Amino acid sequence: MTLAQLPALQVILPLIAAPLCLLLRSGRLAWLLSILVSATALIIAVLLLRLVLENGTVIYTYGGWAAPWGIEYRVDIANAFVLAIVTSISTVVLLFSRVGASWEIKSSEQALFYTSYLLCLTGLLGMTVTGDAFNLFVFLEISSLSSYVLIAMGPDRRGLTAAYQYLIMGTIGATFILIAVGLLYMVTGTLNMADLANLLPALEQSRTVRVAFAFLTVGIGLKLAMFPLHLWLPNAYAYAPHVVSAFLAATATKVAVYVLVRFIYDVFGSSFAFDSMPLQSILVVLGAAAVLSGSTVAIFQHNIKRMLGYSSVAQIGYMILGISLASVSGLTATLVHLLNHALMKGGLFLALACMAFQLGGTRLVDLAGAGRRMPWTSAAFVVGGLSLIGVPLTAGFVSKWLLVVAVLEAGWWPVLIVIAVGSLLAVAYIWRVIEMIYFRSATNPDEHSEETHWSLLAPVWLLIVANVYFGLHTQWSVGVAQRAAQMLFGGQG
Amino acid sequence: MEVLALYNYWVVIFLMMTGFYVVIASGNLVKKIIGINLFQASVFILYISMGKVSGGAAPILRETIQTYSNPLPHVLILTAIVVGVATTALGLALVVRIKEAYGTAEEDDIHRQDESL
Repeated sequence: MTLAQLPALQVILPLIAAPLCLLLRSGRLAWLLSILVSATALIIAVLLLRLVLENGTVIYTYGGWAAPWGIEYRVDIANAFVLAIVTSISTVVLLFSRVGASWEIKSSEQALFYTSYLLCLTGLLGMTVTGDAFNLFVFLEISSLSSYVLIAMGPDRRGLTAAYQYLIMGTIGATFILIAVGLLYMVTGTLNMADLANLLPALEQSRTVRVAFAFLTVGIGLKLAMFPLHLWLPNAYAYAPHVVSAFLAATATKVAVYVLVRFIYDVFGSSFAFDSMPLQSILVVLGAAAVLSGSTVAIFQHNIKRMLGYSSVAQIGYMILGISLASVSGLTATLVHLLNHALMKGGLFLALACMAFQLGGTRLVDLAGAGRRMPWTSAAFVVGGLSLIGVPLTAGFVSKWLLVVAVLEAGWWPVLIVIAVGSLLAVAYIWRVIEMIYFRSATNPDEHSEETHWSLLAPVWLLIVANVYFGLHTQWSVGVAQRAAQMLFGGQG
Repeated sequence: MEVLALYNYWVVIFLMMTGFYVVIASGNLVKKIIGINLFQASVFILYISMGKVSGGAAPILRETIQTYSNPLPHVLILTAIVVGVATTALGLALVVRIKEAYGTAEEDDIHRQDESL
C-alpha cells in the first residue's frame, strides 16, 4: 500500500517541508524540521533500495496517468543507490549544521538557509528518481537555483561572485539540456526516458538525435564540472558556507554524474554513444586531463577549501574515465566512486569546517599546529585524506582498485599511468596539509584553542568511519554497484 | 526556398548566438543576465515552433476542426519561461548584492578588488 507511494514521498516530503521552514522563522525549529525530513527521506531511500534489490524496478505514475503521457517515477537499482547516498549525506550534514551553520549564517537568515537546503535536496532527489526527461530539467533547475542561493549565503563577499558565475554557467548548461530534450521530443514525440530508450535505436542515423546527444553531454558536463567546464566549481566550493561546500561536494556533482550515466547507457544506449558517436575518445581525454590538471592545480592552492575543490575536479575525472570504458567493470568503478567520493569529500569538508571555526580560517597557514590543538579533527582529516589518495583499507582504495582492474581489462596502459600520476599528485597536496597540521608549530602559540565540541566531531567521524568501513567491507557497496551497472548495460540498450 | 521556409529556426539560431555572445563578451553583470535571457528566449521559440502543425488550428476542441497544433511543447515552455523568470530574478538579486559589497557591477573591477586582497 504505502510502499507503492514511496517514490513520490521521497521528493514531496522535502518539497512541502521547505516552505514550512520559512513559516517557522526560527532557525532552531527550521533545523529540527529539516533533520526530521532528511532522516525520513533516508529511511524512504533505504526502504526503496531494499524493495528494488528484492523485487526489481518500482514505478510510480503521477495522477494515475500511464507512462508515455503522464510523468513517471522509476526507481531501479542505480538510482535507488544514488538516492541512498544523497539522503545519508544530507542527514549527516544537517546533524553537523545545528552548530555548524550558526557560525556562518546570521540567525535571522537561518530559516531561509534551511528552506534553500531542503529545496536543493528536493531537486537532487527529483533528478535522481524521475523517469521523465522534462521533469528532470525542472528538478535540475530547482536544485541549481537553490544551490546558487546557498553558495551566496557565505560570509565572504567572493561567495557572491562565485554564485553569480555558477548561475551563468549553470543556466547555460540547463538550457543546453532543455534544447536536447526539445530535439528529442521533435523526433520521437515522447519525453518518457524508457519510451525514448525504445524509440531511439531506430533513429540512430538521425542528425537531430546526434545534435541532441551533443547538447545533452555538454549541458550535463557543465553541471558535473567535467574538465574544461569546471571553472565555476573551485570558487563556489571555496567561498560557500562550510556546510554547503560539504553538502554540494558530496551530492550535487554525484547526481549529475548519475544523470550522465543514465542518458549514455540507458536512454541513448551504449552502442549509440560509443559506436556511432565519438564519445569514448572525448571522455578519455577529458577525464585524463581532469585528473592531471585538477590534481596539479590543487597542489598550488593556499586555501584548503579551494584545494579540495580542485581535487573534486580530479575525482570527477576518475568517474568520467570509468564511464568512458564502456564496460560493466568500468561503470561499476564509477558508481562505487560516487559513494566513496561522497563519503571522503563530505568528511574532509566537515573536518576542515571544524578547523576553520577553531583556528580562524581555511588558509594553509591557519592550520599550523592543529595536530596538537585539535587531535581528533586532525586525525579525521588525515584518514579522509588517505582515502582521497586511495591508500589500502580505505574506501578510496576500493574505487581506485576497481578502476585499475577495469582499465587493465581494456588494456589502456596510458590511462593506468594517468591514474598512478594522479594518485601521486594527491599524495603531494594532502601531504602539504598534513605537514602543516603536525610538523609546524602554531604562529601564535599562546592562543590555545581546544578540540571542537563532540556534537560536531560525531558527524565528521561518522563519515570517516564509513570511509574505513567501505574500505574493508566491499560486498555491499560493490555488489549493489555491480548489479546496477549490469542492469544499465543489459537494460534497454 | 526550403532554407527560407525554416525562417523561425534561423531566428532561433541568430537569437541564441547573440545571447551567447553577450554573455561571453560583456563585462557588465546586468548585461550578462540580459544575454542569458536572449539565449533562453531562443529556446522558447524553438519549442513553440516545433508544436506547430501545418494547417492545424489552435488546440481548442471544436467540431468543425480536424487538425490541431500540438499544445504540449507550449505547455512545457511555459514551465521553462517560469524557470527563466526565476533565474533572472535571482541573478539580478545577486548583482544587487555584488554591487553593495564591491561598489561596482563590472567584472574587471571586481577581479581587481579580489586580487588586491
